Parts: sequence; C-alpha cells; structure tokens
Amino acid sequence: MTIEFLVDIVLLGLLALTAIAIHKTRDLFASIMLTGIYSLLSALFFIVMDAVDVAFTEAAVGAGISTLLMLSCMPLVKKQEQPSRHHRPLGLVVVTLTGALLIYGTMDMPPFGSVDDPIQQHVAPRYLHQSMDEVGLPNVVTSVLASYRGFDTFGETVVILTAGIGVLALLGFRRSRAQEMQHRVPAMQQHMILRIISKLLIPPILIFAFYVQFHGDFGPGGGFQAGAIFAAAIILYTMLFGLSTARQVFRERYIHLLAAVGVLIYGAVGIASMLAGKNFLDYDALAANPLTGQHVGILLVELGVGITVAAVMIIIFYTFSGRLDKDDHKEPES
Amino acid sequence: MSYLLQYNYWIVMVLMMIGFYIVISHGNLVKKLLGLSIFQTSVFILYISMGKVEGGTAPILDEGIVLYSNPLPHVLILTAIVVGIATTALGLALVVRISESYGSIEEDDIQKMDNEQC
Repeated sequence: MTIEFLVDIVLLGLLALTAIAIHKTRDLFASIMLTGIYSLLSALFFIVMDAVDVAFTEAAVGAGISTLLMLSCMPLVKKQEQPSRHHRPLGLVVVTLTGALLIYGTMDMPPFGSVDDPIQQHVAPRYLHQSMDEVGLPNVVTSVLASYRGFDTFGETVVILTAGIGVLALLGFRRSRAQEMQHRVPAMQQHMILRIISKLLIPPILIFAFYVQFHGDFGPGGGFQAGAIFAAAIILYTMLFGLSTARQVFRERYIHLLAAVGVLIYGAVGIASMLAGKNFLDYDALAANPLTGQHVGILLVELGVGITVAAVMIIIFYTFSGRLDKDDHKEPES
Repeated sequence: MSYLLQYNYWIVMVLMMIGFYIVISHGNLVKKLLGLSIFQTSVFILYISMGKVEGGTAPILDEGIVLYSNPLPHVLILTAIVVGIATTALGLALVVRISESYGSIEEDDIQKMDNEQC
C-alpha cells in the first residue's frame, strides 16, 4: 500500500464527511462554505490522480467563483432552511436501493489504476505517443482540448455564452438609468486591511491569469482557468469598490460584447481553416508548416475561450450584485 | 485486499447518493442546487479515477518519463467543470426569480401558493 493510496483514502473519506455535513446543516451560509471546502478537497484529490489541469480548474472555478456566486445570491433569498415535510424514509429507501445497485455495478469495473484497463487502450496511446509529432505541445491535455477535440470545446464555449445570456435574460432587465448613476458607499470600503491587501493582490492576479493563459501549452493551464482567474480579479475589485465604480471601469456593454467576441474568435479560426482548404478547426491549414499552424490555432482558440469565460463570469456576478443594489433601494432588509 | 481496489468507485457512489438524497429530501431550492453540485463532482471523481495509471504522472510530456495518466478524462472533466458553474449560475438566477415572485424558496410554500391560486 503506497502513500499515494493512503492520501487517496483519506481525501475521499473527508469528501464523504463534508457531503454529509452539507446535508445536515440547516444554515444556508454554512452549507455554501462547506461546498467551497468540498470543492477544494476534490481539487486536492485531482492532484493525487495526476489531473493537474482539472485540479487547477476546480480550485479556481469550484472553490472560488462558484462559492462566490452562491454567496452573492444569499442576500436575495432567506438564509435559514425550513424543515421539509417530505417523506424522508421513502427517499432513503430509493437512494439506498440505487446506491446498492450502482455499487454492485462497480464489481465489474476493471481494477483501479491498472495499465491494462480498456480505457487506457483506446485513444489515449495515440494522444500520448503521437501528439508531440502531430501537434507539438508538451501538455497533452491542451493538445486534446484545443486540437483533437476542438469541436467539442467549441460547443462547450457556446454553452457558457448561452448560460450568460440566460442569466441576463432572467435577472438583467428592469434597469433604470437613475439608479445606475447613483454612487453608493460600498460596504467593503470601511475595511481598511481588506482594501489595502486586495489592492496589492489584484495586479498579480491579473498577470497570473495571463501567464496561465499563454503558458497553458507547456504546463497546466489554458483558457478556461485563465478566464476564471481573470474574472476573479475583477470580481474582487467589484466587491471592494462597489458595483457602480466597477461598472465605470469595466463597462457592461463592452463585457457583453467580449463574451460574444470570444466565441467569434474560436469560430473564425474554424472558418479560416475551412477557407484554406481543410476541415473545420483543422489548424494544419493555418500556416505553411503544420506544427506552426497548430500552434497558432491553439493560441487563438484558447484566447477565445479565455475571453468568453472571463466575460461570462463577470456578467453573471454583475447581474447578481446588480439585483442586490436594486433591492436595497426599494426596501431595507429587515 | 483486492476489493479495496474499487474503493474510489464506492466512494463515488456514496457521494452520488448523498447528492441525490439532498436533491430529493430537501425542500430548499438552494440546498437542492448544492446537492446537484455534489452529484456532479462525484461524476468528475469517477472519470478522473478511471484515467489514473498506477505509477503514472501528469500528462505533460517530458524526456525520461514513460508512464502517463490518461489525458482524455482530464479534458472532458475540465470543460465540464466550467460548464457546470455556468449552469449552476443559471439555476441560481431561476431561484432568485422564484424568490422574488413567491417570497420563498421552500418547495412546500411554493406548492401551497400555487394550489391556492388554482
């Protein structure tokens, strides 16, 4: 039994405990913080499983932005959960039965971690052995994400844009000019330590986002993570200086535009390779040397992903906290 | 001992069922979303566990390394995480709208109000 395996057992045990704690807690604020811990634990687990890119994304998105979004909608709803009149024993029976069946199903799974598993035999060897000659990047995850499965990633970027549009459609309307013009003293202005530390932190976070964006070909990172980190810096700024100030620095209209521009860049790379006589998103066509073409294509595509992800995250946060501002104007919370 | 090798998959099923139970047993809509995200993460853990190779390393090519974990599940899950947060945000937006029109995010209250209206 290796140390790795012990760490694996402990982390998974902690995950299960946290999940049970989320079930038991009635306070929604505490549940949301527990969900943040849950995400961080699963990020650690992903590192043990060698999935560094995934761990990176989970830590930035799951533990960071997701927790933040949940918290930012907290003031809009009631904080305490009421005991439900649901028929609990019946639910327990259903869940136990389903779980037992699923665990029975795992008996047929190949042993964990074995090189001979069917999953390791199919396409993975090609990615691992030939991506260096075909795509020319050390990070195989980036090669597969942006090149081999580029069309898939395109679809996912569109899904993110659609979710942003959906949130805007649900919460973004009913905006009056007068309210937007008002300058309210933001809640965090009075916390001097928070303000000074955050001011120091924002520029390094932005630079780190660019590093993650453009170094994703060679190490862990890429458009998805960079977009989330970039958005985190701007969300920090918004929390610190208030929504109206942030809206003047990062205008909402431009951010809406950027969300679409990211997807357009991605699509345009696909169209460009079609015009050059190859398939949609076949980057070989973008330059005389196929490897250069791949490199240029992946760089542009990741840039598109990064722009869309960052813009949509900022849009979602703006929309939620915009709701908050309006509610404060109408009626003071009791 | 050989059964212990399926440990990861068992925990995945346990997490999945905890998430499922939260979704069906809690009436609070935010809590239901939290349950869904637990369910979602358990699927992530299932995929990533299957990609692990004993003694392998992260799939970033370098000289002198022969054994890598499978990069394909990593790619699938990486994008799924970001799509997951986008859909969670959409769900939260719906919850906020429901809370604004009903004044409650408890399933029981909403059901009661709907029944009274009929």
